[in-house]
Amino acid sequence: MKELVVISGKGGTGKTSVVAALASLAGRCVLVDCDVDAADLHLIFEPKVIRREDFTGGGKARIKPGHCTACGKCEELCRFDAIYFDGPGNGRVSRTFRVEATACEGCGVCADYCAENAIEFAPAICGQWFVSETRCGPMVHAKLGIAAENSGKLVTQVRRTAQQVALNQGLKLILCDGSPGIGCPVIASLTGASLALFVVEPTVSGLHDFCRVAQLAARLDVPGLLAVNKADLNEDIAEELEATAVKHAIVLAGRIPYDREVTRAQIARKTVVEASDGPAARGIRQVWSVVEEQLRVCAASQASGLVQVVNPRDKQVLALKP
Amino acid sequence: MRIAIASGKGGTGKTTVATNLAQVAATDGRAAAYLDCDVEEPNGHLFLKPAIQRQQSIDKLLPMVDLDRCTFCGRCSQVCRYGAIACVGKQVLIFAELCHSCGGCVLACPADALREVPKPIGELRLGMAGPIRFIEGRLNVGEAMSLPAIRAVKAASAQADLTILDCPPGTSCPVIESIRGSDLVLLVTEPTPFGLNDLKLAVEMLRALKLSLAVVLNRCDIGDDQVRQYCTSQRIAILAEIADDRAVAEAYSRGQLACVAVPSFAGRIRSLLNRLPNGAAR
Repeated sequence: MKELVVISGKGGTGKTSVVAALASLAGRCVLVDCDVDAADLHLIFEPKVIRREDFTGGGKARIKPGHCTACGKCEELCRFDAIYFDGPGNGRVSRTFRVEATACEGCGVCADYCAENAIEFAPAICGQWFVSETRCGPMVHAKLGIAAENSGKLVTQVRRTAQQVALNQGLKLILCDGSPGIGCPVIASLTGASLALFVVEPTVSGLHDFCRVAQLAARLDVPGLLAVNKADLNEDIAEELEATAVKHAIVLAGRIPYDREVTRAQIARKTVVEASDGPAARGIRQVWSVVEEQLRVCAASQASGLVQVVNPRDKQVLALKP
Repeated sequence: MRIAIASGKGGTGKTTVATNLAQVAATDGRAAAYLDCDVEEPNGHLFLKPAIQRQQSIDKLLPMVDLDRCTFCGRCSQVCRYGAIACVGKQVLIFAELCHSCGGCVLACPADALREVPKPIGELRLGMAGPIRFIEGRLNVGEAMSLPAIRAVKAASAQADLTILDCPPGTSCPVIESIRGSDLVLLVTEPTPFGLNDLKLAVEMLRALKLSLAVVLNRCDIGDDQVRQYCTSQRIAILAEIADDRAVAEAYSRGQLACVAVPSFAGRIRSLLNRLPNGAAR
């Protein structure tokens, strides 16, 4: 079983459109939306939900106004500025303390040190995750609650479920749509993955953010491939991106030209390759052929205990990773 | 006036709107500050090209154990809700990436064997981009938690006539931390199904936080009419519609401020700036 994670550093570079198109080229595979706080993949696949589970994150504190004596100990101890002195009065005091749930990080210190035992501390449901069926195979996705935290843990939950689904159904490929950035959800998406596909735009910010997320992937020992999206926007930076990739032993998977068909396909709820055979669709087909080859290489070398990173342009072995 | 520029979906033009707003406001003689709260991928500096005057480490506090005092009672690991400290036999293990620096273990230690020490997780960079006050937080690669870095950026901000906070994408904790305390949140979006879906999530989040919001519709001619219909039905003001323009995209790709490279774009941003104090829906 291979897990391909599509990632970018910068947001809005086309990760979801590329994942959707790859899914329609890959045959039946497990689709995963790891971008749990702004999930969009379901808009293309209109999944039929077959399993729905609550996701329980860390605890949250809540002050019972009737018990609060307004001593202020909780406010003094809270490191997250989550305690406000604007709760309702209770006969003994005219104002009580209140925990702002969106700021509470769930450390429980306030509850531990409240002399009146006025603070409840209980796990909170902070989202839902789903196993669904789509036209390209099963899909595991999630919806984080409004203003909820813990997206890294939810990403891990979603990935684990996808691995289980792949095992149960004998599917060889898990295709993950990642989130932007380099923080907690991205680390949770990349850790232990077989391959990362970086979808990057040829802009100064695309390059800057790619360097950071590529560094992260290298640290986590995940071999990578680069696809330059909207590649014709700036040829010079497209080349700089590819040179940077080669320097970091990242395989060049190809260029995808800017194409208005990508937006049109999205509006029609189709993948780009389902909707057109234009420049972007052809670019993505090319990217898929390189990705497929890399998945084979990493399957073969996994058998021998090594992952071979090959540059597809000259077939030169760039690196061997244990 | 503190204006947060956020979006839900990534790549809709937050940094473009934020940097150009700061630039146009400064050109018009207003005291402007630009805060890059997207500490995972800070990009504002690529366009504003600030002269950095001061750099300082952003630290997170981590517990450190004094093994001469520790009785290995395990109290610290019992109270830690994050599983960030474990007492195993005659060893205390601290998992830095899980620690939220709440201080709970230090408070709980009966032997007074724990104290907190700072660990660098990023860098705060302060400077001037012409007349614009520039502050950026930059998380080190490999660090999972961005909130302390975002707090450091906000704590460093000085008074200004107009403070622009360039926020990270998404709808969870880093965004919430960035927008908290803003007078208005401008949601930059695109007229596409993805743009609409993520806009709805962002609006729900802002309503839960009781913050004022308005929308900027970027590349307003690339998709359909759904975002406009949604904004009308929700009584959300669209303060600007910006047409898709290859010249703007090319300027952006080179790291050039669009308001400098494309004069008509400056006009769009100026009219947005003039509409800012009013017209916001809750």
